[in-house]
Amino acid sequence: MTRVLTWLRDQPWIWSFLGALTVWLVIVLAHTQGGGATLTMTLNFSVFFVIVGIGQMLVITTGPGNIDLSIPATMALGGAIAMKVMNGMESGIPVGLLYALLTGVAIGVFNFGLIWLLRIPPIIATLSSNFIVLSVAISYGRGLRVKPPEAFSDFTVAHILGLPIMALVAILLAIGMAAVLARTIYGRSVTAIGQNTKAARLAGIKVNRTRLITYAISAALSALAGALLAGFSGGSALDLGAEYLMGSISVVVLGGTSVAGGKSNVPGIWGAAMFLYLLVAMLNTFGIGMGLRLVLTGICIVAVITIGGGEKNR
Amino acid sequence: MNNIAFLRVLRRCLPVLALMIILVPTFSIQPRTLSYFGLNLLLNLAIPLVFATLAQMFIIAVNDLDLSIGAFVSLAACITVRVIPESAVLGVCALLMAIVAYSLMGALIHIRNLPSIVVTLGMSFVWLGFSILILPRPGGNAPDWLQTAANYQPPIVPLPIIVAAAIGLIVHFGLMRSSYGTILRGTGGNARAIARAGWSILSAKMITYGLAGLFGVLSGLILAGITTSADANLADRYTLLSIAAVILGGGDFVGGRVSPTGAVLGAITMTLAGSFLSFVKVSTDWQIGAQGIILIIVLAGRVITIRGEK
Repeated sequence: MTRVLTWLRDQPWIWSFLGALTVWLVIVLAHTQGGGATLTMTLNFSVFFVIVGIGQMLVITTGPGNIDLSIPATMALGGAIAMKVMNGMESGIPVGLLYALLTGVAIGVFNFGLIWLLRIPPIIATLSSNFIVLSVAISYGRGLRVKPPEAFSDFTVAHILGLPIMALVAILLAIGMAAVLARTIYGRSVTAIGQNTKAARLAGIKVNRTRLITYAISAALSALAGALLAGFSGGSALDLGAEYLMGSISVVVLGGTSVAGGKSNVPGIWGAAMFLYLLVAMLNTFGIGMGLRLVLTGICIVAVITIGGGEKNR
Repeated sequence: MNNIAFLRVLRRCLPVLALMIILVPTFSIQPRTLSYFGLNLLLNLAIPLVFATLAQMFIIAVNDLDLSIGAFVSLAACITVRVIPESAVLGVCALLMAIVAYSLMGALIHIRNLPSIVVTLGMSFVWLGFSILILPRPGGNAPDWLQTAANYQPPIVPLPIIVAAAIGLIVHFGLMRSSYGTILRGTGGNARAIARAGWSILSAKMITYGLAGLFGVLSGLILAGITTSADANLADRYTLLSIAAVILGGGDFVGGRVSPTGAVLGAITMTLAGSFLSFVKVSTDWQIGAQGIILIIVLAGRVITIRGEK
């Protein structure tokens, strides 16, 4: 038993799950909402943060300074393109999702082009490309109010045994990504580059190719999340991804991934995404005003990272 | 060797070149901007961003990154337009407390060895929350003396230019030429070496974050003076703009390599880019995107110098 506890204590993801569990218990004990219903809602809303967070996590893991700030615009453009291509017709769903994914890949390649060819620091490169992609989304989506196909909207809210189907897909995605990180050459390369880029290069790892793939995956997942979110919320909007800029960074780091790179954690993203949603839900059900709610949310984020501890060695 | 020295000089000149790239076309398209009032209008809103950028620069000098400065400037502006008119003492106390809170944030980051990105991200929610508590709806009224000061028109040289030059020089001498300024930058360069030499990293971080808080408050005061009212999201854009401006001004994210004068020029360039785009009649759809393209073009200039130095 103690061995299990020691093992658990050393898992970086445990803090985010403990946080989520605590907040959930408070909600259940306060009898404001049923525990099961709360959980279903939590899973439903966490999905988008998880999908985007996995991409952000890969980017952050490739080393200090690597971060993807182009997520909000990529989500907006992904959502707009998917909705326009689907054009409200069920037959267009696969093509729409494919176009969104390809758009994401293109944005990711563009991001890395700026970083690699022009030697622009990733923060500034992805920030600039966020501006550019947002402009593309604005002019592309001008006057666009296309409703998602009914089947697509239904899919984003469908349940099996009380579990949202999308959550199951995102859980599979998380498991898959954890396997990729732990077992494939690409995954090990990402971690190696994050720990020591120079050593990784000397060891024969194709650093630039790995980083290119990473930025492409991050943008592709953002675009996909944008398309799903557009289906979930009944159409795309320009500010679709606004809260995911800071949100994606929060879930990744609260989930136990090191900002310094080289140490990733997939399950933690789920814990952190649920924690953040439940926190807001709890403060909402207590009827706390927006100002105080934001203050408490911020304090909780700082508290979790303080208790969970930062980098042990630097 | 000569070649490297030349590239160093070129690198130092890049912020000036970037400003010229924006400024010269602006003057040639709209000659009227090249007058006392034209410059005043053009540069007025650059001043709050200059102060926010210098705040960001202090944080970047110690290898950290501040994702909360925009929300913090908004909070300072909200306090200025809501609390100070009712009770100056209370308002000043609130602003001082905000600076102390910033300094404590630096202490927390250092003591627990936390990633600054996450702590400042969390604190940005706290600042935003307080702003909404203080000023639930956009409005308020900046005190008269502040509005008068912000619109003061000195002879010959417009106020924004005087303020920008003065604050740039003050920070330059404080951070680049003073002995303690060297310790602060050294904290970003090699913290362990500074600690071994007997300096307290904790005090260095607390002073750095305190300075950033002070400049954030000044930015909020000036912004409130110019716009006369405020809202909780007034300076949201400053977070990313200030980071871009520091880098544009020749700063690096690691190693304590920053340039106060470059940061001031970078902040002015970022502000002017907006008005430049409306002068050349870029459609509103593409104005944000064009700002991104300008940022890329200007930063691409660094490629030559950085590659050369390696």
